[in-house]
Amino acid sequence: MIKKILDKMRPSFQDGGKLKAFRSVFEGMETFLLVPNTTSKTGVSIHDAIDSKRIMSFVVIALLPALFFGMYNIGYWNAVASGHLADATFFGMFFYGLAVMLPKIVVSYAVGLGIEFIVAQWKHEEIQEGYLVTGLLIPLIVPVGCPLWMLAVAVAFSVIFAKEIYGGTGMNIFNPALVARAFLFFAYPSKMSGDSVWVNLDPVLGLGFQASDAYTMATPLGHAAAGHPVTTDFSHMISGLMPGSIGETSVIAIAIGAAILLWTKIASWRTMSSVFIGGAVTAFLFNVSGMESGVAAMPWYHHLVLGGFCFGAVFMATDPVTSSRTASGQYVYGFLIGVLAIVIRVLNPGYPEGMMLAILFMNMFAPLIDYCVVQRNISRRARRAKISQKN
Amino acid sequence: MSQLFSKANRQVFATPLGLNHPVLVQVLGICSALAVTAKLEPAIVMGLSVTIITSFSNVAISLLRKTIPMRIRIIVQLVVVAALVTIVSLVLKAFAYDVSVQLSVYIGLIITNCILMGRLEAFAMMNGPWESFLDGIGNGIGYAYILVIIGGVRELFGAGTLLDHQIIPTSLYDAGYVNNGMMTMPAMAMILLGCVIWAQRALTKDEQK
Repeated sequence: MIKKILDKMRPSFQDGGKLKAFRSVFEGMETFLLVPNTTSKTGVSIHDAIDSKRIMSFVVIALLPALFFGMYNIGYWNAVASGHLADATFFGMFFYGLAVMLPKIVVSYAVGLGIEFIVAQWKHEEIQEGYLVTGLLIPLIVPVGCPLWMLAVAVAFSVIFAKEIYGGTGMNIFNPALVARAFLFFAYPSKMSGDSVWVNLDPVLGLGFQASDAYTMATPLGHAAAGHPVTTDFSHMISGLMPGSIGETSVIAIAIGAAILLWTKIASWRTMSSVFIGGAVTAFLFNVSGMESGVAAMPWYHHLVLGGFCFGAVFMATDPVTSSRTASGQYVYGFLIGVLAIVIRVLNPGYPEGMMLAILFMNMFAPLIDYCVVQRNISRRARRAKISQKN
Repeated sequence: MSQLFSKANRQVFATPLGLNHPVLVQVLGICSALAVTAKLEPAIVMGLSVTIITSFSNVAISLLRKTIPMRIRIIVQLVVVAALVTIVSLVLKAFAYDVSVQLSVYIGLIITNCILMGRLEAFAMMNGPWESFLDGIGNGIGYAYILVIIGGVRELFGAGTLLDHQIIPTSLYDAGYVNNGMMTMPAMAMILLGCVIWAQRALTKDEQK
């Protein structure tokens, strides 16, 4: 049915049609909805039925549990803050979160895809599908108190400066979603960290409750960085009923996403597992070292489930474009992300969360790691060839 | 008089402003362009100082160029530049103390500015004093206007002010606008400079070939 509608629309978008200027928009929508039916005319080529648009759709599906939980969490904390937890219903809290979340997602997609459409039209290229995932990731990794216009500025910045100037999807060095977060973090620190951005206090569209403006709530990591012991239950850390960036709190929801990504083989299990190993080892060492700091005193399993560690390890570190591509390189890459994230958390009190900076930093080194792995392989083979010649 | 502003001389003055821009094309003097542009006022003062020092050191070296032994020319150039930098620095301390505190070491560091040494080596050592003076002024102004552009954008979005006058109305702040802290960091100056270079290359694409 979709195909019929699209076929009817096609002529007006082709050369000479009156809507020629929107050709890339049309093509983008068509290939998004249907697998393209153009095939190569010459030579032999084998294609998987899953092209990059289908990969992106799987990642979006994997993100949905975290997104839905994030919405519920927004409603939950609104109810807690206003003292109405007893009369809040599950659906009431969920729809409140939906109402808060939807504008953020719409803004993120509208700005990001808008820029991509303009660039594609300008360069006479097809629309690239990379923004599909980024556009959902960005709203998930910001605190709920982040205003929409800041989100729009950050999205524009990251799409232009982290992606388009490198040549678009697949050419970027840094993960665009993390660049957007880093931009927000450095440009508007008061809206990205602290005590007052993690809970939405006002009712939206008649849903939710009005809470006092003075209500503040720090994230468990922020608590620890300020030198207080972490009071959140371990069960809440797992389920995610704690303040934090929208999508990052629930370990269970992220684990469902991780299972989808691993099952479809989109994410590399090597990267993902080595991030956790690196983080656990470093956190354990800091804990044993007996440093006088609230963050260092946290046991290693708290480190792994708090903050953006899980979300970063599952959805950010495994980004196939910006991570290492060689198998042994992925172990090194992931391990160092885990190590760096904990080192930043413990040693730098200014940044309670180190995951973002660790991943961005290692993005930069991913090509170098790959280069070393490939060079080692080449020299090993050369040596082997020499030995066999001698015999 | 007509000799002084002949076509060749006008060319000497104009190329550093466009096609052979010291910052945008030769990518010299980047360090100080990033360091002093967090606000507009120090950027203007820095641009002026560099313009004065470049032009007068160009004249001095151009006058001495036939007597300087080739093997020690860098030392001679440094002495001339250092003398001028010291003069400018003392003048700033006497008449604009606040700005000189803001600029701190960067006035002293003009001595290491690549634009200066580049112009002395590439131009003043083989041209007459008047041409060298024009070349120095051209390069200095070329450097200065980049500083003013970047300083202006950074101060406007980073602090909401221009020359310490509030530009962005307070009603906007009440509506939720927040100054962009990234603009006050040198990293953003680098990105802005990249944008200016991008714009300049795009505009002069045909002439550069």
